[in-house]
Amino acid sequence: MSDRIFGVFGILLAIGFAFSALAIEESFLSDAVGPKAFPIIIAAVLSLSSLAILLRPDPEPHWPAFGRLAEVLAAIVVLIIYAEALPEVGFVIATAFAATYLSWRLGSPALGAMLIGVGTSLGIYVIFHLVLGLSLARGPLGF
Amino acid sequence: MEILSNLGDGFAVALTWQNILLALLGCFLGTIMGALPGLGPSNGVAILIPLAFTMGLGATPSLILLTSVYYGAMYGGRISSILLNIPGDEPAMMTCLDGHPMALKGQAGEALSLSGVASFVGAFLATWGLILLAPQLVKIALLFGPAEYFALFALAFMTLGGVSSTNQAKSAFAAALGLGLAMIGVDTQTGVPRFTFGEVHLYDGLDFLVAIVGLFALSEVFIFLEERHGEATAESRQLKIGRLTPPLSMLKACTPTMLRTSLLGFLAGVLPGAGASLGSFISYSMEKRLVDKDGTFGTGDPRGVAAPEAGNNAAAGGALVPMLALGVPGSGTTAVLLAVLLSLNITPGPLLFTQNPDVVWGLIAALFIANFMLLAMNIPMVGLFTRLLLVPPRILMPIVAMVSFVGIYGISGSSFDLLVMIGFGIMGWILRKLDVPLVPIILGTLLGNAMENNLRRAITIDNGNWWTLIDSPLSIILWLIAIVGFILPLVIGGKVKAQMHERRDEEGAISD
Repeated sequence: MSDRIFGVFGILLAIGFAFSALAIEESFLSDAVGPKAFPIIIAAVLSLSSLAILLRPDPEPHWPAFGRLAEVLAAIVVLIIYAEALPEVGFVIATAFAATYLSWRLGSPALGAMLIGVGTSLGIYVIFHLVLGLSLARGPLGF
Repeated sequence: MEILSNLGDGFAVALTWQNILLALLGCFLGTIMGALPGLGPSNGVAILIPLAFTMGLGATPSLILLTSVYYGAMYGGRISSILLNIPGDEPAMMTCLDGHPMALKGQAGEALSLSGVASFVGAFLATWGLILLAPQLVKIALLFGPAEYFALFALAFMTLGGVSSTNQAKSAFAAALGLGLAMIGVDTQTGVPRFTFGEVHLYDGLDFLVAIVGLFALSEVFIFLEERHGEATAESRQLKIGRLTPPLSMLKACTPTMLRTSLLGFLAGVLPGAGASLGSFISYSMEKRLVDKDGTFGTGDPRGVAAPEAGNNAAAGGALVPMLALGVPGSGTTAVLLAVLLSLNITPGPLLFTQNPDVVWGLIAALFIANFMLLAMNIPMVGLFTRLLLVPPRILMPIVAMVSFVGIYGISGSSFDLLVMIGFGIMGWILRKLDVPLVPIILGTLLGNAMENNLRRAITIDNGNWWTLIDSPLSIILWLIAIVGFILPLVIGGKVKAQMHERRDEEGAISD
């Protein structure tokens, strides 16, 4: 079933891709092929392979139970917040929180996760910023 | 003789303190990444690329660092195969078959050191193979025009799925997806924006480093979260390592095996779409058929340890040949290394050997140096690496995730790229669940623009005639190989695949 849904999705993707390829505005100074041809070839390959996946699906993959799926979704949300918060609060604080969360969800006890989070954050800060001179996001506190 | 003088120049480039230190660091990190289940050569190299850039390393030093990681990971994979019966990366899966039984018999130390020697032999011979074969391939490649290059790229995509993928339709899907992603941005020939949907950040196109780190490194973190597999696999089983030198008689018995499988592995590596996993697989199967008269393979036969290790390391070297000489990588990790070259504004391919000989020969010299370092590191220091296996993923994975973010943020300094990376991480996770190979996606994003440019150049030169693509004997041959390479696995691939994937690492390891 997963593969059939995937195949349908692939075909829709290919159609969308082909439509936006056809919508490309051609410049008056174009070469013999133009900017549309290759994307249309790609869309054709994409739709054919999706069709093959749809018609001959593989055995069902192992999907996680709802709880585990929610786990992954929560981690994605945390990482998005992390990416947005990075320039606002600075590298060290944001990273400590994100790493603590990940470590906690991977099964560390709460206190241990906090230590791992802070350790990861400070360790990366020392190695990459202080030693190697990489520029990391700087928050209002200067780190 | 020319080769030797070139090699001498290469050593002059490679033998600076900075480069030696980088090689040492790369070998060390690579061995760790290879040994830890869940981190393989391709995601190991992927995480380190952005860091090599933001540290401001030049072309040769970055390549030295990253290829040392690549070679190191090939060495490291065997450690967890032998001690834990879990391959540290995919190419090492065949080493489990005889390596772990040897460890159970109390010969863990001997298995580790023997496989270290076998890795060295394989990699050493393959580096010589690279030196001898790459310049010959360059001579052929110099005859290529745009039409032949287009055919060559098509060949790379059509054979990449090859025997290592489970479903040809899915690898074709992945290749088309990658090529489609490469189309995003301003068209280089006419200057019109394509697929940007008005988003200014997309005008430059997607940064393929962001795609690589997201697909390879971040998706791994999601897989671990999903399985909630946070404890180290090493904790429950403690094996005695025993003596760390293989007896001379064992080495002697394995020498013919190592030599044969090095050659075979090298050839498997050079072929497009094969890579190190296939190298170790066919090496093991051939040796089993050839020398296993008493049926000892699979019960801890030293030759069964030496064969896949020599094979996979030789294949790792062999895979560098098409990447350097043609600009078309033959495996996952070399695709990632191609990304390094492209980001450094170095176009691999025949011109690389004439325009940047210092890069090529410096790299080759560094491979020799790294090889000796790895041999020295992997035999006496193997105890240290086995202790590192005790680091549980609940500590390791947050570090992997955070270092990925640091690297990408270091390049661009924008949150937008981080969000794109998370997007690729999610995509990588779903696609891996559906068994869609990730390597063709990467290769598509890397080569998409070059492929299109060659197509358009070829047709423009011939005044819009599309038949020009199959006009020369050379391009016809390339197309034929491509078609055979795509169809053959459909016919005979099933059996090989089933055998190869029998012992696949469940949650780690992207195919190489």
